[in-house]
Amino acid sequence: MAIRERLSGNEAVSIAIRQVNPDVMAAFPITPSTEIPQFISQYVANGTIDTEFVAVESEHSAMSACMGSQAAGARTVTATSSCGLALMWEMLYVVASARLPLTLCCINRALTGPININNDHSDSMGARDAGWIQIYAENAQEAYDNYIQCVRIGEHKDVQLPVMACQDGFITSHAVENILLLEDAEVKAFVGEYEPEKYLLNEKEAVSMGPYDIANYYMEHKYQQKVALDNAKQVIYDVAAEFEKMSGRKYGMIEEYMMEDAEYAMVIIGSSAGTAKDAVDKMRAEGKKVGLVKVRVYRPFPEEEMVKALSGMKGVVVMDKAEGYSALGGPLGADVKAALFGRTNAVVLNIVYGLGGRDVRVESIEEAYGRLFAAVEAGGVPFGYDYLGLRK
Amino acid sequence: MKDNLMKHINEQNAWHELTPGGMIYGSGNSEHFNTGEWRVAIPTFIEDKCKQCLLCVPVCPDSSIPVVDSKRLDFDFEHCKGCGICYKVCPFDAITFKKIGE
Amino acid sequence: MKKLTEIRWHGRGGQGAKTASLLLADVAFSTGLYIQGFPEYGPERMGAPITAYNRLCNEPLRVHSNIYYPDYVAVVDETLLASVDVTAGLKKEGAIVINTAKNPEEVLPLLKGYEGKVYTIDAAKISIATIGKNIPNTPMLAAVVKASGVMSEEEFLGNMEASLRHKFASKPEVIESNMEALRVSLKEVKLYER
Repeated sequence: MAIRERLSGNEAVSIAIRQVNPDVMAAFPITPSTEIPQFISQYVANGTIDTEFVAVESEHSAMSACMGSQAAGARTVTATSSCGLALMWEMLYVVASARLPLTLCCINRALTGPININNDHSDSMGARDAGWIQIYAENAQEAYDNYIQCVRIGEHKDVQLPVMACQDGFITSHAVENILLLEDAEVKAFVGEYEPEKYLLNEKEAVSMGPYDIANYYMEHKYQQKVALDNAKQVIYDVAAEFEKMSGRKYGMIEEYMMEDAEYAMVIIGSSAGTAKDAVDKMRAEGKKVGLVKVRVYRPFPEEEMVKALSGMKGVVVMDKAEGYSALGGPLGADVKAALFGRTNAVVLNIVYGLGGRDVRVESIEEAYGRLFAAVEAGGVPFGYDYLGLRK
Repeated sequence: MKDNLMKHINEQNAWHELTPGGMIYGSGNSEHFNTGEWRVAIPTFIEDKCKQCLLCVPVCPDSSIPVVDSKRLDFDFEHCKGCGICYKVCPFDAITFKKIGE
Repeated sequence: MKKLTEIRWHGRGGQGAKTASLLLADVAFSTGLYIQGFPEYGPERMGAPITAYNRLCNEPLRVHSNIYYPDYVAVVDETLLASVDVTAGLKKEGAIVINTAKNPEEVLPLLKGYEGKVYTIDAAKISIATIGKNIPNTPMLAAVVKASGVMSEEEFLGNMEASLRHKFASKPEVIESNMEALRVSLKEVKLYER
């Protein structure tokens, strides 16, 4: 029986963690993810869960402790944001290459400079090539549902990779919205027990992890990681199908909205996808053939799904909530263009928006589509990329 | 002696034949790695002069001086890299140390 | 038929405008609505002007932006009228609710020609008389419910009592004083209509 509740994104994902009851959480507080370790500490103190909470002195230590704990055979979780994720950088790569499927709740916040606590995707986008699976949520419901699925996806024997469950800081993490929760027992049965094949605390079978890897082996091990990330796609679909049976809520690599007869599409990640759906409805009522592709899974990149969804479009506007400083556009823009290259004749416009908490309104989305119409009309886009919501 | 669970791992393996993330199965695998061939100088144990003080044993970086019933035996030349520390520490000239070929 | 009510709260850091928006979200949730309650986040500074928002709807909410064209505006601190453009975008079919000891007519000159309904409530006086402290957000909550009509007074009082009983199970005196603040507030809200 679904439980009707009203919760913030941080509360929702903390309840998901409580229901999963991981063996270990090691975390260091940073806005806007602080509430998650706070709630979990309370659950531990109250005896609601028997998770071992490790209070560490930095995020580098948090990720190191998580790595050791997951390697020991314990299901492990952490949470962070922005500079905290940046301080984990080195360990992110080590965890992925050691094939340790821990989970990280990333509450997206601008990666400082100048200092800023509000939402954009620059923190997790910087970590997009660290070998982690990345799943993004539109709202508190998805943050909750995604986290529960992340545990299963990462731990699957064909995958064995760490998973970052991302949601937008403040916009999702601190706003209270309606949500449907699953029963504790349902979640428990869904995630099951963590049963790694090899783990450090197995007294019957000794293993060593994270050895030095010479040139004669390194490339093969990196290829193993690539295959695991490829395998993750099928596992994501399988886990989603099982989740749908339990919850009635459907998930995939991407979500298509009003794409059946669309001629102009927007590709977007996170909470602004919800705002964009309202904009699409409004523009559809005005007779404009617009549609939306929301990226749920960003790593592994949904190449096939993206090409299928966007083939036949007159124009595609790709929205990046992160400045890549590549001088070529944002990371999502570059990826979508790479996926579409040689496969479609659509005009592709890349727009950077919503940096450091710049509010994204229905009108902002309409403006982005408007610029796309103009680009298609003009027969193409100039070199470079656009900014939306910038004072000029 | 422990099984060498890694004996099938070598530089000819395809990617799928290697362990995930380079994990090393089993313990004590270094025993199967013959570092004796790195040696360019060699210690010699002169049993007659040895008082069994065992000072040489803990200083050996490669655990190549076997001890049985509180007595050291001849060197384990499968693993001795020929560093000469045992020769330096021996108070009784019970170990000589020479470059190979001299 | 979609019925969406958007409310913007203006207050100062530490006055509980954010809490009021979360309480309103809470009580509207218990009547079966889809709700959003969120503040505009930034550095937390006592006394600095802050904004919080509510969306209340009979259909699921997807939009995740701030509110620029609110149906109702609640001003928890009347000194903000001089420094913040509280009526910006406020629909004239809607209303503004102000915590002040003054009558609605007296604050009109500060509302930049706003043409809709104006409600005033002396939330400070009511909260001191009932709760014993200046906690303006409790009476303000009642005034906003009355002005907006998002739920009936009976529904509001019933749900608030249940919620307070849940939160303050060990302090029954807190429940009664807060309920009294809400009841008095519902009665004392003053309306100016052109």
